Amino acid sequence: MKTICLYFEIHQIIHLKRYRFFEIGRDHYYYDDYANEQGINEVVEKSYVPALNALIDMAKTNKGAFKVALSISGVALEQLEIHAPQVIELLHQLNDTGCCEFLCEPYSHGLSSLANEECFREEVERMRTKIKEIFGKKPTVFRNSSLIYDDEIGAIVADMGFKGMLAEGAKHVLGWKSPHYLYHCIANPSLKVLLRDYKLSDDISLRFSNSEWNEYPLFADTYIGWVADMPDQEQVINIFMELSAIGMSQSLSSNILEFLKALPACAKARGITFSTPSDAIMKLKSVDHIEVHYPMSWTDEERDISPWLGNILQREAFSKLYSVSERVLLCNDKKIKQDWDYLQASNNFRFMTTKNTGIAIDRGIYDSAYDAFTNYMNILGDFIRRVNSLFPVDMENEELNSLLTTIRNQGEELLALNKEVERLQEKLRKDNEDCSNGCTEVKAEAAKSSSAKNATVKKPKSKAEVKADK
Amino acid sequence: MFGWEFPPHILGGLGTASYGLTKGMAQQEDMEITFCIPKPWGDEDRSFLNIIGMNSVPIAYRDVDWDYVNYRIGKYMDPQLYFDLRNNIYADFNYMHLNDLGCMEFSGRYPDNLHEEINNYSIVAGVVARQQQFDIIHSHDWLTYPAGIHAKQVTGKPLVIHVHATDFDRSRGNVNPTVYSIEKNGMDYADCIMCVSELTRQTVINKYHQNPNKVFTVHNAVTPLAQEILDIVPKKSANEKIVTFLGRITMQKGPEYFVEAAAMVLRRTRNIRFVMAGSGDMMNAMIRLAAERGIADRFHFPGFMKGNQVYEVLKASDVYIMPSVSEPFGISPLEAMQCSVPTIISKQSGCAEILDKCIKTDYWDINAMADAIYSICSNPSLYNYLKEEGKKEVDAITWDKVGVKVRNHYDNVLANYRK
Repeated sequence: MKTICLYFEIHQIIHLKRYRFFEIGRDHYYYDDYANEQGINEVVEKSYVPALNALIDMAKTNKGAFKVALSISGVALEQLEIHAPQVIELLHQLNDTGCCEFLCEPYSHGLSSLANEECFREEVERMRTKIKEIFGKKPTVFRNSSLIYDDEIGAIVADMGFKGMLAEGAKHVLGWKSPHYLYHCIANPSLKVLLRDYKLSDDISLRFSNSEWNEYPLFADTYIGWVADMPDQEQVINIFMELSAIGMSQSLSSNILEFLKALPACAKARGITFSTPSDAIMKLKSVDHIEVHYPMSWTDEERDISPWLGNILQREAFSKLYSVSERVLLCNDKKIKQDWDYLQASNNFRFMTTKNTGIAIDRGIYDSAYDAFTNYMNILGDFIRRVNSLFPVDMENEELNSLLTTIRNQGEELLALNKEVERLQEKLRKDNEDCSNGCTEVKAEAAKSSSAKNATVKKPKSKAEVKADK
Repeated sequence: MFGWEFPPHILGGLGTASYGLTKGMAQQEDMEITFCIPKPWGDEDRSFLNIIGMNSVPIAYRDVDWDYVNYRIGKYMDPQLYFDLRNNIYADFNYMHLNDLGCMEFSGRYPDNLHEEINNYSIVAGVVARQQQFDIIHSHDWLTYPAGIHAKQVTGKPLVIHVHATDFDRSRGNVNPTVYSIEKNGMDYADCIMCVSELTRQTVINKYHQNPNKVFTVHNAVTPLAQEILDIVPKKSANEKIVTFLGRITMQKGPEYFVEAAAMVLRRTRNIRFVMAGSGDMMNAMIRLAAERGIADRFHFPGFMKGNQVYEVLKASDVYIMPSVSEPFGISPLEAMQCSVPTIISKQSGCAEILDKCIKTDYWDINAMADAIYSICSNPSLYNYLKEEGKKEVDAITWDKVGVKVRNHYDNVLANYRK
């Protein structure tokens, strides 16, 4: 029996503004508010609202027979909260039908999985908590930004307690194998991997409204027919795409919503079910491991990481950005942490691509890859200055870390000692009350000891501070 | 072909382009080129084409013997050709100022009596056209259009004109009516118009009202660098970057935008030097402007560069910039890229149409220009990328490909001529 695993991603980046190099050090606001508001409103109006309404409708009419999975990047969530709370409301409605599973992804939609493990863990954890807070259920399945996956990433994700992960069914990895089975990560068999069927996914997200395509117009029964005609042993057909494909890439006038809505009924007629990723992982048995030495993704013909890290410009920007990752993790500055999320978004690197794919990419405000690089590096220049101004540059991260730990420990110690003092003073007062006079000696002694303790504790702390400020 | 300049004695891009184009075309075996210039110096490369000096073509009969002719012009021309040409004199031009061989003198430059020289050139062209055997006439730039028209009228052979620039580029819109009329006349008579860029093509179509069907874009290319130039060791200092502007310092080249952008960059960082090499009518104004902005200590004017000096300057540079307001093609950024120098060009340059591995900004957008300069100077990866990829890109732009294109246009013209 076959099952379809349908998944949509919601992500919109925070657009960077035109930032000239002479603003470095003066202007610490990097975002184009107008473009952000306008961009998010457009995609919400054209795509998210109608698409989510359709999904809610499908969930309600099919009463449990239709299942879908969604994931939202943290930065997109922030933008939706500000500019389009109605989308969050719709997500809640969809969640309430019980037919929807929310997956976890890196908060920033960035490439930290390729750069810094700690950073990656931190932002995944943050996203997991946020999803739990909003939708009430801790996600157990993970999808990385742009479905980037390799063995190492799989191992980290498994270690973080995820049961499953989505990845691309890339031909160069699978070879003769079919993506229509459940696989597991070679580094940790407890992590199951669902592989995207790019042909069926792209039929909807890329080709649906293309009148030159030989399958145009595509109808739901034909589409389900393709699935039904696959060999009987094949188990799970993974159709993953961005939610904005519906309405943005494929306009609503192509009747894509009607197509979607017709899918469950057609599937039912051919005996095909729908599953969420966790259902699929629970019900099915893994047939084999997959081995991925080099990271793969769902973008471009090569399905690798070249759209973001293909040329030296991208790699330079990437390595500069992550050169301060440890320090950003150490700091407590909220503004810096926020900028860190926004700057990491993989789209910023995509704008710098010089690959000639034949498909024009929308570079936003940038004319060319060089323009995108220049602007990003200017902003990064300012950002790195701000991070470095928090901590002395010439100090090793480890040393800094140990000092920060000392400060933190001493802070805790201080707190504990203060409590002790309070307790003693309380005791003293009680004692005073007990023997209203005649106990002056004890009182003086206690006061003396507590002040002495205070002095010894404060000293090393101030020393560390001086060193850190240097 | 009628042209005005031919290397090594050149005054601008026209000579370089003429040389490259003819050399590229000469690689086709069945192609025979005769190139007419006002005044040859005798040291031109004649290995792949014939050169006729218009100052050695008789337009009035003089009874001279072979030895005398050989003694006078043997350096530039086969004496036999002189006598062949003498047999084709078509009118009595004795009233004109002629020398002892019955020839006219040309300066070969752009003198004040340029219009007179253009006229004389076309008179001489009548003799050449009657004597030479050819299939097609190709005129380079407006100076030689009258000659081309004359030759067409005499022989009935099709005329192709090559637009290297129009007066709209040279004058930022204040067009000289005489020049315009010569240009327009040449285009009206032409059977095929080749423009060095789409930008120029649009000018020709819209401002000279030509039928788009006979106007084509044939982009220029570059000649590979000679070994001696490749061997120049760049003089670079480790902690200073050099940004170079190289060209005539005139309105067309937008030098003031370069100075303004430099001022912006220098407000931020001091380890960059700016060089404005070349001369022109706006040079003094630019020196004044640099002083006014308080950047004269970092802004240098080394003057006009000759021969290999150009390449020495290029090789010492970290960034090459051409902020031209209107550039029909602009061959110098290609030369800079050949020298592995990252290049910034204005979007209003014709060469922007074929270059991809360089930064393009609007000529008036000094913010973007300053940003690009700063970015190349402070990001080694961008510098290296543009340096290497730029070199690769420009090395693929060769004249023989252009030659094939020109040849195809010739074939089309000949096939459709007078049918």
